[in-house]
Amino acid sequence: MRRASWFNVGSLALGLAFLYLPIVILVIYSFNGSRLVTVWGGWSMRWYAELINDRAMLESAWVTLRIALLSASAATVLGTLAAIALVRFGRFRGRVLFSGMIYAPLVMPEVITGLALLLLFVAIDVDRGFWTITIAHTTLIMCFVTVVVQSRLLSFDTSLEEAAMDLGCPPLKTFLTVTLPLIAPALASGWMLAFTLSLDDLVIASFTTGPGATTLPIRIYSEVRLGVKPEINAICAILIAIVAVGIVAASLLTKFHDVGRGGIAGLPAH
Amino acid sequence: MHGAMTKRGEHRSWGERLIVLVPYLWLTAFFLLPFLIVLKISLSHTAIAQPPYAPVFDPAAGWSGVVEAVSALSFENYALLGSDWLYLASYLKSLEIAAGSTLLLLLIGFPIAYGMARAPRRWQPVIFVLVVLPFWTSFLIRIYAWINILQRDGLLNQLLLALRIVDEPPAWLSTDTAVYIGIVYTYLPFMVLPIYATLEKMDQTLLEAAADLGCPNWKAFWLVTLPLSRPGVMAGTLLCFIPIVGEFVIPDLLGSSQTMMIGQTLWAEFFANKDWPVASAVAVVLLCLLVVPIVVYEQMQTRDLAGGR
Repeated sequence: MRRASWFNVGSLALGLAFLYLPIVILVIYSFNGSRLVTVWGGWSMRWYAELINDRAMLESAWVTLRIALLSASAATVLGTLAAIALVRFGRFRGRVLFSGMIYAPLVMPEVITGLALLLLFVAIDVDRGFWTITIAHTTLIMCFVTVVVQSRLLSFDTSLEEAAMDLGCPPLKTFLTVTLPLIAPALASGWMLAFTLSLDDLVIASFTTGPGATTLPIRIYSEVRLGVKPEINAICAILIAIVAVGIVAASLLTKFHDVGRGGIAGLPAH
Repeated sequence: MHGAMTKRGEHRSWGERLIVLVPYLWLTAFFLLPFLIVLKISLSHTAIAQPPYAPVFDPAAGWSGVVEAVSALSFENYALLGSDWLYLASYLKSLEIAAGSTLLLLLIGFPIAYGMARAPRRWQPVIFVLVVLPFWTSFLIRIYAWINILQRDGLLNQLLLALRIVDEPPAWLSTDTAVYIGIVYTYLPFMVLPIYATLEKMDQTLLEAAADLGCPNWKAFWLVTLPLSRPGVMAGTLLCFIPIVGEFVIPDLLGSSQTMMIGQTLWAEFFANKDWPVASAVAVVLLCLLVVPIVVYEQMQTRDLAGGR
């Protein structure tokens, strides 16, 4: 029945080419020996070598990594709690507002969220920097975790939990020994999604940052505004490689695609 | 903890309350409250100070402070937005680009989603990962990759010159075309995946029935497939349109500086002009423009949740 017509294959192939070509070109040009980014000067690792001596860039990478680790972990905990509340608790007081606050950040333009969070931090007069970015990221990305975990909670069989409890297992123990292992793949991909989102974010970090906390996207952005540079090609290629290895490993380990079926769940934001 | 155990209206244990309360309080503090502050500051006067606005009220003054605050509210920032053509042009530009690129995304995304859904079953997971994979890489990098291609002596112009399609290298960067390319490139999976999700769930026997009854393929597509894919098309459209209206990075890096999109205007007011009250007013008006699509999107999500999978 499912025969691939020329039209279907063609649109898929064109679509994939459109998706991959720019990235492939970027990676190839990161090995360009010439300082002129538009002229091919032969293969070279020169720009990677220069990166190692770029202390500011390494510093930023380290800050970004710590923020991403912390906020992804916090977001996974908060997002999972929210998913459990939404899926399992039926109606509770304030549910409409709650689900509104979960779904709104998914589509809310980042400039608005960033500005709002900054004004909050100014209003309560905290020093801006590492921690304010971490809190801002946690808030935004926990909603993505909720969507991922929620679709898993909806699709699984509750009779296992019921059996455990019928046999006298207390709720908390049931959750830890039955529910948690069952939703673990969703937690893992939720965490990864959260981690990537935090690594990626430019707009919200720009608003909520302070002295001493220049994340990698902020630094790359300020360099890119001045034009294309071979060093930036190199650092982008490294980031692409890290992400690609991580995703391929994850999709081999878990049934990664199942989680994404729900819609946007398998996707980081723009 | 579990719905099966807890009937509606029964008392919940403390553990269950905590499960709701912790994320609830977090979102109230860091998502809802900030918007109220934006609203408040949009009604403040601009001041040359740090922070650069005159607070509308002083919480220490108690109730009299609140009364005073209400009388001190100022709509001058909103009046400025209405009177200066720059802001109106900026909002219109954003809506125009968002509408145009959402339409393009639909035209490009639908055939891809259709191709994915009609691909052999065992290939679908692989194709799915292939479509999603590029979008795990930083979107800043993806936009940057396009600068490489679109700049004046970039690859696109080199190709066009080599093929003798053009004699003079045309400027791609700093044009609306570049913005459209960047947006379509960045948002494509947000259009493709929801459509794919509905097409994939579609009952294939409906098409067989149509074919058995002598309905030509294109007509079956028009009468069966297209109407059934509506939820996915709606979700994809909203998922793209809403954030594109407020997009900042793509027009900033690829677009021209002549007519700015509203995200850029907000950014400029905030970072360059340091006019926080006007930036807040820009944000409030933008939110008002988007509130209807956001509510529609939320309703769809909630309905999805209620209907299970």
